[in-house]
Amino acid sequence: MEVALFVPCYVDQFYPQVAQASLELLERLGVRVVYPEGQTCCGQPMANSGYEHLTGGCNENFIRHFDGYEYIVSPSGSCVLHLKEHLSSDKNKQQAVAIRPRIYELTEFLTDVLQVEELEARFPYKVGMHQSCHGQRGLKLSQMSELTAPMFSKPGKLLHMVKDIELVTLDRGDECCGFGGTFCVAEEAVSVKMGKDRVADHLRHDAEYITGADMSCLMHMEGVLKRAKSKTKVIHIAEILNSSI
Amino acid sequence: MRGTSKRHADLADVFNADEARVDWHDETLWFVRTKRDRATHGLEEWESLREVASEVKHHTLANLSTYLEEFEQQAIANGVQVHWATDAAEHNEIVCHLLQKHGIDRMVKSKSMLTEECHLNDYLADRGIEVIDSDLGERIVQLAKEMPSHIVLPCIHKKKEEIGDLFHEHLGTEAGESDPQILTETARQHLRDTFLTRRAALTGVNFAVAETGEMVVCTNEGNADMGAHLSSIHIASMGIEKLIPKRAHLGVFLRLLTRSATGQPITTYSSHFKRPREGQEMHIVLVDNGRSRQLAREDFRNSLKCIRCGACMNTCPVYRRSGGHSYHYAISGPIGSILAPNLDMKDFADLPFASTLCGSCSNVCPVKIDIHNQLYKWRQELVKAGYTDKKKTAAMKLMAATLSSPAKFKLAGKLGRLTLRYIPFAVNNGLNPWYKGREMPSPPKQSFGEWYASRKKEGEG
Repeated sequence: MEVALFVPCYVDQFYPQVAQASLELLERLGVRVVYPEGQTCCGQPMANSGYEHLTGGCNENFIRHFDGYEYIVSPSGSCVLHLKEHLSSDKNKQQAVAIRPRIYELTEFLTDVLQVEELEARFPYKVGMHQSCHGQRGLKLSQMSELTAPMFSKPGKLLHMVKDIELVTLDRGDECCGFGGTFCVAEEAVSVKMGKDRVADHLRHDAEYITGADMSCLMHMEGVLKRAKSKTKVIHIAEILNSSI
Repeated sequence: MRGTSKRHADLADVFNADEARVDWHDETLWFVRTKRDRATHGLEEWESLREVASEVKHHTLANLSTYLEEFEQQAIANGVQVHWATDAAEHNEIVCHLLQKHGIDRMVKSKSMLTEECHLNDYLADRGIEVIDSDLGERIVQLAKEMPSHIVLPCIHKKKEEIGDLFHEHLGTEAGESDPQILTETARQHLRDTFLTRRAALTGVNFAVAETGEMVVCTNEGNADMGAHLSSIHIASMGIEKLIPKRAHLGVFLRLLTRSATGQPITTYSSHFKRPREGQEMHIVLVDNGRSRQLAREDFRNSLKCIRCGACMNTCPVYRRSGGHSYHYAISGPIGSILAPNLDMKDFADLPFASTLCGSCSNVCPVKIDIHNQLYKWRQELVKAGYTDKKKTAAMKLMAATLSSPAKFKLAGKLGRLTLRYIPFAVNNGLNPWYKGREMPSPPKQSFGEWYASRKKEGEG
């Protein structure tokens, strides 16, 4: 099986280890991974700010690099959701329509397509899992507390396959961290307060690491943790699933 | 500049100056959200109730003119006088005219967000007519000369000590009294006197039934009943979207409303008003005020399904941490943020951006309004209409140009990382809103793209 890896812009620039872990993990599971060079951004930062009409260039670039792949996998729920819902093109209409359902967030690809039931991973730490909103409510990676439906969690299921990991239970299972793209600067005060509160829930339960399937939320919480000089670190779920400490 | 702006971000900034208060506000509303969860998770049919309610509302909105006519006919047949108001001004004129005709200068009002939307109290006050709000929370904000900060819990932003101070000033309780029982009893005596001495009562309408021409008002305090039953003229103000086709549909909506609002199985009083009692006049004012315009906007039509339960506010992590007044509109929170720009795109251009688009609002909504998707759509509309900051537009254009080109992206990324690594003070300063409360990410030596290229080279070599 061949998979094209989509590495969101900020992961490429600031968190290359997350993309490396995603690539290695997929390879270890027997998948041939291609990284189309020249890929950039999904266009979400502009679109969520009300400038979807400026995302044409990003869309064309994405289509140019990812057209034709059966599976496109990315370690970022919100970018995947944006592409699934908004990837469009006047020039390459057919291609855009064809690509949308082929885009997968990493953990959903692992559970739904590869149907991973066991992993050779070990991570002997106390870990809090942050349910990123776009992954959870948008891609339905996990059940949300608002709905009266049976609980499930795709990233949670994968983390349970990791040896010696101790997952902590949070007081508020699926509260937003307050990142929200440009929200984090446009609504700085509320965003920071949300980040502090989200992190505090993890700290209250002695998490040594905060993990999740969307690096942008983790980046936000990392900023808050570092400002508070906390020892707790953030780590993307791909790094845990790929680890063998 | 603080406090003078009408932008959500600035008002939220002021609210956040007192962090302990933000914590208290957040926890109070989260408690209500938790109660709602307990009430809904106990009902196996909850999700299907939501679906049915959403469909009934969809059907009603699709046939609104037919149902409005049916409602009017039935109401007239019941002996009710029906009035139509295109906008807030017309609504206020109608109410004022009715009162003046009867020589009434004092009215008791039960909670009605529509009259808040129309600024009725101020309008009547300017014409020498005194209005006393009889919902306890609403009375408290009225005494404080504030707007409600929440549609179901109008004074949820006030602590009992602050209410004690207000009651001391206006209702004569002892200074420093903050015992809820004593304060409630004081309000009760004060409102009793009001009910007994007012000849006119105005109520809102939660549901109007087209089939029967009756309307239902839901209160927990019985204040709508008290006002309407003791008055010689009862005026009911309702938005035209409050209709449901049949009485049989009430069962669905009454089960959804209070569970979503406060976690109660049903409101304490669900009062049905159908015809005036002998000697009483009953009037219904049907108000459009932008609703038909919203109905015509396909992307935002669903917002008219709203039954005003407030669940989206209680669950909204932004609302909980910015307070209802930061939305500077009668209806705050996520639903207010999609209703307000319909009335004035310029004044409320900031509101659809006061959200992280986390989507929780859409999932608690008992009538399944796609609130967060509408927030996203409003952002696109507002930008296109030119209601955004020019600096933001310029930044977005630059960003889009950089991210569209692999070469520019590579260069910008490298420069960004180098800046952070070698001249961090260029970004780690007071002008960078991220840095105010958070550290910047530490830049790696290599981007993933660079690492991948070198790995490929090694593999080939």
